[in-house]
Amino acid sequence: MFTDFFYTLKEKKVPVSITEWMALMEALSKGYISNLNDFYYLARAILVKSEAYYDQYDVAFQEYFRGIEAPPEIAEQILSWLRDPINKMLLSDEERALLDSMALDELLEELEKRLKEQTEQHDGGDYWIGRGGTSPFGHSGEHPGGIRMGGSGGGGSAMQIAEQRQFRNYRSDLTLDVRQIEVALKGLRRLDHTGPEDQLDLDKTIDATCRNAGELEFIWTRDRKNAVKLLLLMDAGGSMEPFAHLCSLLFSAAHSSTHFKDFQYYYFHNCVYDALYKDIERRDGVGTDHILRTLEPDYKVILVGDAWMATSELIDMYGAIYYYERNHKAGIVRLKQIAEHFTHCVWLNPEPPRYWNHPTVLTIGKVLPMFELTLDGLHQAIKKLIVKR
Amino acid sequence: MNKDGFDQFKGSQDYVTSEALRNAVNVAIALGRPLLVRGEPGTGKTLLAHSIARDLNKKLIVWNIKSTTKAQEGLYIYDTVQRLNDSRFGDKDVSDIKQYIKLGKLGQAFASEEKVVLLIDEVDKADLEFPNDLLNELDEMSFYIPETYETINAVQRPIVVITSNAEKELPDAFLRRCIFHYIEVPDPSLMEEIVNVHFPKIKNNLLHEALTAFYSLRRIDNLRKKPSTSELIDWIQVLIASATPHEDISRQVPFAGTLLKKETDYDYFVNNYMKKKQASSAAANTSGPPQ
Repeated sequence: MFTDFFYTLKEKKVPVSITEWMALMEALSKGYISNLNDFYYLARAILVKSEAYYDQYDVAFQEYFRGIEAPPEIAEQILSWLRDPINKMLLSDEERALLDSMALDELLEELEKRLKEQTEQHDGGDYWIGRGGTSPFGHSGEHPGGIRMGGSGGGGSAMQIAEQRQFRNYRSDLTLDVRQIEVALKGLRRLDHTGPEDQLDLDKTIDATCRNAGELEFIWTRDRKNAVKLLLLMDAGGSMEPFAHLCSLLFSAAHSSTHFKDFQYYYFHNCVYDALYKDIERRDGVGTDHILRTLEPDYKVILVGDAWMATSELIDMYGAIYYYERNHKAGIVRLKQIAEHFTHCVWLNPEPPRYWNHPTVLTIGKVLPMFELTLDGLHQAIKKLIVKR
Repeated sequence: MNKDGFDQFKGSQDYVTSEALRNAVNVAIALGRPLLVRGEPGTGKTLLAHSIARDLNKKLIVWNIKSTTKAQEGLYIYDTVQRLNDSRFGDKDVSDIKQYIKLGKLGQAFASEEKVVLLIDEVDKADLEFPNDLLNELDEMSFYIPETYETINAVQRPIVVITSNAEKELPDAFLRRCIFHYIEVPDPSLMEEIVNVHFPKIKNNLLHEALTAFYSLRRIDNLRKKPSTSELIDWIQVLIASATPHEDISRQVPFAGTLLKKETDYDYFVNNYMKKKQASSAAANTSGPPQ
């Protein structure tokens, strides 16, 4: 029953397994559902394990059960849009001609086809259905003949709920997830015995008691704690925008890892200059010299950035992209200072290595060992950070 | 609907639920699988278990997870130190290991003669491997105690509710065994219902103004921690207690500290949000509609 739905889900990249599918079948065989609405919630509760996949589930649900309710609605929306003369007024002559060149049937057919082809949410671009693009279908788009889809109010039927796609924002098509990063960061560990002697060492206690001919003797030991301190410096510049999410993952993984003795983070823009910032908007600045003075050299330093900038930004005095920053030392000098002060530093680059053939990337790579911000790269970087000098 | 023979959770008097949540709870009960609940802090994840216990009239066992909690502690603890001590100073018969085995919360839930609700609260606080260590126990609802050659089997499969704040990602194998539900911040109409449950005598215009202010605060993207249901409930309580005139509520947002818990959020609210608001309302008052 519904086996194709399973594959539709798989196709939409919802991670469903046979175990879960069997559980759904079990629930269905118990006669739990009486309508499509029940099925929507039942299947979602059993099959989908993260709100990040709710949206893909909605899309798959829509696609699989489309035959039941959806086409009239979509067609309705399109027709009503086309019927509204105001919409046509908004178009230029050229655009109107373009729209007229496509008959309504054709347009609908095309929409149907693209709905079928499209497998993921899409923002921007000129073909797929999504937001902010120039395809004729989607919303907030720029295509003159664009048909706004979704976002209709109300609710009630499962199809309508699926159509609302209210979980769009929770979605994350990621290669790296927080757990993977956290596990990788766990490698940053140097266990030291610290604190009061308040842990009972059972083995040694038994040993000592035996030596004592049965007279109890407790052996206490100190707790082992991680001694690694981490300093994370992140590029929050414009060219890093596409990687903002990836960086926030790394940040939240580092932030929620409770096992560091100390964790500090600062932001910079393209390159490190006279100040580093506590916030992405770079309002709350702290002098780089101050940081170098106050943080011990045994902090492990991870810099994250694409290292891609104008050459002058890296090697010139007053080269900072914002003229008012007026850096008295060139970016590269600052980076060298960091590399010299701290014993262990790495640079993580979210761009794949094939783009690293750029003067500034190469120069920085000579000062700081550079790794790609992927799971493998992260593991290598952590190995580099943990080796004894 | 054919659901006979199964406990049907409808939401208790003081806990209003959405249809999706009720469905998820009932599925979890019927399939005997743990229910994993996620959602923003303050959306009532923990209260859900209390509500299920009250609605179905079952005993509730709470296992609060901390960063130091080990999976083993939930099953049983073998008190070796006590035994060692007794062997030296006590008069007890130390050959009976059973008396040194103490069942943990999960063990208690399995051993209970009647069906209970077991709440495993904030599972993500524990070590990354914690959920993996409980896979088999939650699957088969039984575990073995090697010290006494005993197997503890669940007499009645408990209703297990697990909450998570998504501070750590949970392993796939663990997720596969759970029924999942994400509690969203309720939409205005459901929220109205929830507030009415807590404050049955609340005046309509006060409720309306408070909700308007609440949802407009939630729309600020720059907040680190957006206010959610529990903050709203607290806030309304303060508003009622202080007898704030309702027309001031959405304009001045008094006692905003109840809604915004982070210092940076509060600063942002005072310096950006309120100033903008005052400026726009001042403009509206003096010069009429903007040109």
